[in-house]
Amino acid sequence: MEDGYTTADGRKIGAVVMEMKNITLRFGGVVAIKDISFDIREGEIRAIIGPNGAGKSSMLNVISGFYVPQEGEVWFHGAPRPQLRPYQVAQQGIARTFQNIALFEGMSVLDNVMTGRLTQMKSGLFAQAFWKGKAEAEETANREVAERIIDFLEIQSIRKTPVGRLPYGLKKRVELARALAAEPKLLLLDEPMAGMNVEEKEDMSRFILDVNDEFGTTIALIEHDMGVVMDLSDRVVVMDYGKKIGDGTPEEVRSNQDVIDAYLGVSHD
Amino acid sequence: MFYREAGDFSTSYPEDSQTFPIKFDRIRYYIVLAIAFLVVPFIINDYWANAILLPFLIYAIASIGLNILTGYCGQVSLGTGGFMAVGAYACYKFMTAFPDLSMFINVILAGVVTAFVGMLFGLPSLRIKGFYLAVATLAAQFFLVWLFNRVPWFYNYSASGQINAPEREVFGIIVTGPNTAAWASYLFCLIFVTFAAIIARNLTRGSTGRKWMAIRDMDIAAEIIGVNPLKAKLTAFGVSSFFIGISGALFFAVYLGAVEVGEAFGITKSFLILFMVIIGGLGSVFGSFAGAAFMVLLPVALKVIGVDVLGWPTDIVAHFQLVIVGALIIMFLIVEPHGLAQLWRLAKEKLRLWPFPH
Ligand SMILES: Nc1ncnc2c1ncn2[C@@H]1O[C@H](COP(=O)(O)OP(=O)(O)O)[C@@H](O)[C@H]1O
Ligand SMILES: [Mg+2]
Repeated sequence: MEDGYTTADGRKIGAVVMEMKNITLRFGGVVAIKDISFDIREGEIRAIIGPNGAGKSSMLNVISGFYVPQEGEVWFHGAPRPQLRPYQVAQQGIARTFQNIALFEGMSVLDNVMTGRLTQMKSGLFAQAFWKGKAEAEETANREVAERIIDFLEIQSIRKTPVGRLPYGLKKRVELARALAAEPKLLLLDEPMAGMNVEEKEDMSRFILDVNDEFGTTIALIEHDMGVVMDLSDRVVVMDYGKKIGDGTPEEVRSNQDVIDAYLGVSHD
Repeated sequence: MFYREAGDFSTSYPEDSQTFPIKFDRIRYYIVLAIAFLVVPFIINDYWANAILLPFLIYAIASIGLNILTGYCGQVSLGTGGFMAVGAYACYKFMTAFPDLSMFINVILAGVVTAFVGMLFGLPSLRIKGFYLAVATLAAQFFLVWLFNRVPWFYNYSASGQINAPEREVFGIIVTGPNTAAWASYLFCLIFVTFAAIIARNLTRGSTGRKWMAIRDMDIAAEIIGVNPLKAKLTAFGVSSFFIGISGALFFAVYLGAVEVGEAFGITKSFLILFMVIIGGLGSVFGSFAGAAFMVLLPVALKVIGVDVLGWPTDIVAHFQLVIVGALIIMFLIVEPHGLAQLWRLAKEKLRLWPFPH
C-alpha cells in the first residue's frame, strides 16, 4: 500500500499525491470539518460522500485554497503546503468544478475553455497588444489543446455559443472542459452529476472514467448518487456532520455499519 | 445577399481568431480606414473638425479606455474625467518642460503617467466592488480636479489657473496651438484612435482579455482557474487609464487648446464617457466608437432639426437632449446591455441569413 496498489480492473494506482492531515474548519460556532485525515493517490478516483451539510464542499474548498482550516495541514507531493491563494493552487496543477456551476456566462464556450489554459499562457502585455511573436504562437498552441478537449467532451457544435444560453447539463460539461483544459494533475469535481437526468449522468460518468484513463488524471469527486459512486470510484471517504465515518473501497464502505446508519440507511431520496 | 459568410470558412486557428473572421467585414474595415486616412483629410474644414470629428475621435479613445475597465473587466468607474485631467496636465507639463519633444512622445508619456495614477486608484478594487468601487472612483474624480486646481505647480503658476497648449510639432507639422490646420489635428488624433482600437482589440481577444472577462463574469471562478485578481484588475486599470490619459491629453492640447480643469474634466465628463460606453455597448471596441459617435452627433442633430428647422428655442432643445439620453440609458441598461454594438450584431445575423431565414 505504501507505493500504491492495483485496482480490481487492473489499473495501477501510485503514491500519495495529496494528504489531508487532521483538518478542522470552523465557521464561527459551526464546525464544518472536524479533525479529518485522508489521502489521495496518484491516478485514482477518490470519492467523498455524505449527507447534505456534511462538509464535503468545504473540504474541496480547503484543498483549493478558498477556506483556511483552523487546524491541520495539507500535504502535497510529500511536503506540507503553505497557505496558498486559490490562483496559486491552480498554478500547481489543481483544477476544479463547482457544485453550483461557475462559468463565465458572458463568454462563448470556446473562450470559457480557453480561460482554462490561462495558467499556461505567459506572453507579455506588449506582445499581446500587437498580437506579435510569442502572443500569436501561444494563442494558436493553446487553441489546439482547447479544441482537443472540446472534441473529447463532444461539445464541438456549441463552440461559439455564449454559455448563458446553454441548458444546465451542457453547462456542467463545459465547466468540466474548462477544468480539463488546464491539463491538471489533480481534478476536483463537486457533484458533477447533480441535477442531471439518467442519460446525462451516464455520459458524465463515462467522461470521468475516460479522463482518468486517457490522461491519467487523479480525480477527487463529491457525489450523492451511491450507485454512481460505487461504479466510478476506487476509494471512498464518508463524511457526516463534519466527521469522517468511513474510508475504503466501495465494498468496504458499503458494509461499514456506521456508514449504513448515518447515510445509506437514511437517505433514499 | 449582401452579407455572407457562406463559403468563407476559417481553415486555421489564427484565421479563426483574427479580428474580422468574415471577409466582408475585413474589406469594409479597410475601406473605412482608407477613407479616414486618405479622403477625409482633403475635404475636412474647421467646422467639421471642431464640431464633430475631433470630439468623436478623442471621445472614442476615452470610451475604449473605459470600456476595457467597465465593459471587459466589470469594474465601474466614475473617475474618467479625473483621469483625462491627469493626461491633460501630464501632457502640459511635458510640453512645457521639454519644448523640443515630439508631440507624439508627449501624448504617449501622458498616457503612461495616467496609467500609473489609474493603477494607484485601482488598488482599492481588490477589496471593494460594484457600488462602493464607483463611490471610490468618484472620490478620485473630485480629488484629482481639486488637486489640479489647488497646486499651482501643475499649471506652472499661471495667473489664470488655466493651462494653455503651446505650439508643438510632429515631423515639422504643427499639431497644437492656434496655427494648427484642421487636417493636421484630425490626422494626429486619428492615428491615436487607430492604435488604441487595434491594441484594445488584440488585448481583448487574447489571454489578457479573457482574464478581464473572467473577473467580470465571476471573480471566484476566475481565481480558481489561476487568475491573480489583483494583477488582472490593475492591468485593466493601467491599460484603461493609459487610453483615457491619451484622450485627455488630446482633448486639452489638440482640441481645446486651453483648459480650466473643473469645466473640461469635471464629473459631467465622467458621465458622458460612461454613457457612451453604455449606449455603444459594454464589452465591445466597436461599441465605443458607436457610443462616441452617438453622443457627439446627437446634440448636433438635435440643434439642426430642433433649432434650425423647427425653430424651437435653444434651451428647450438642450433639455430635450437630456431626456433622450436619459431614456436611452435606461432602455439600454434594461433591454440591451450590449448596446448599439449588439443591435448591429443582431442586424448582421439577420442579414447573414436573409432572404432565407431557415
Ligand atoms: N462560507 C460559509 N460560511 C458559514 N458556514 C458555512 C460556509 N460554508 C459552509 N458552511 C457550513 O458548513 C457546513 C458544511 O457545508 P458544506 O461543506 O457545503 O456541506 P456539503 O457540501 O457536504 O453539503 C454546513 O453546515 C454549512 O452551513
Ligand atoms: Mg456541497
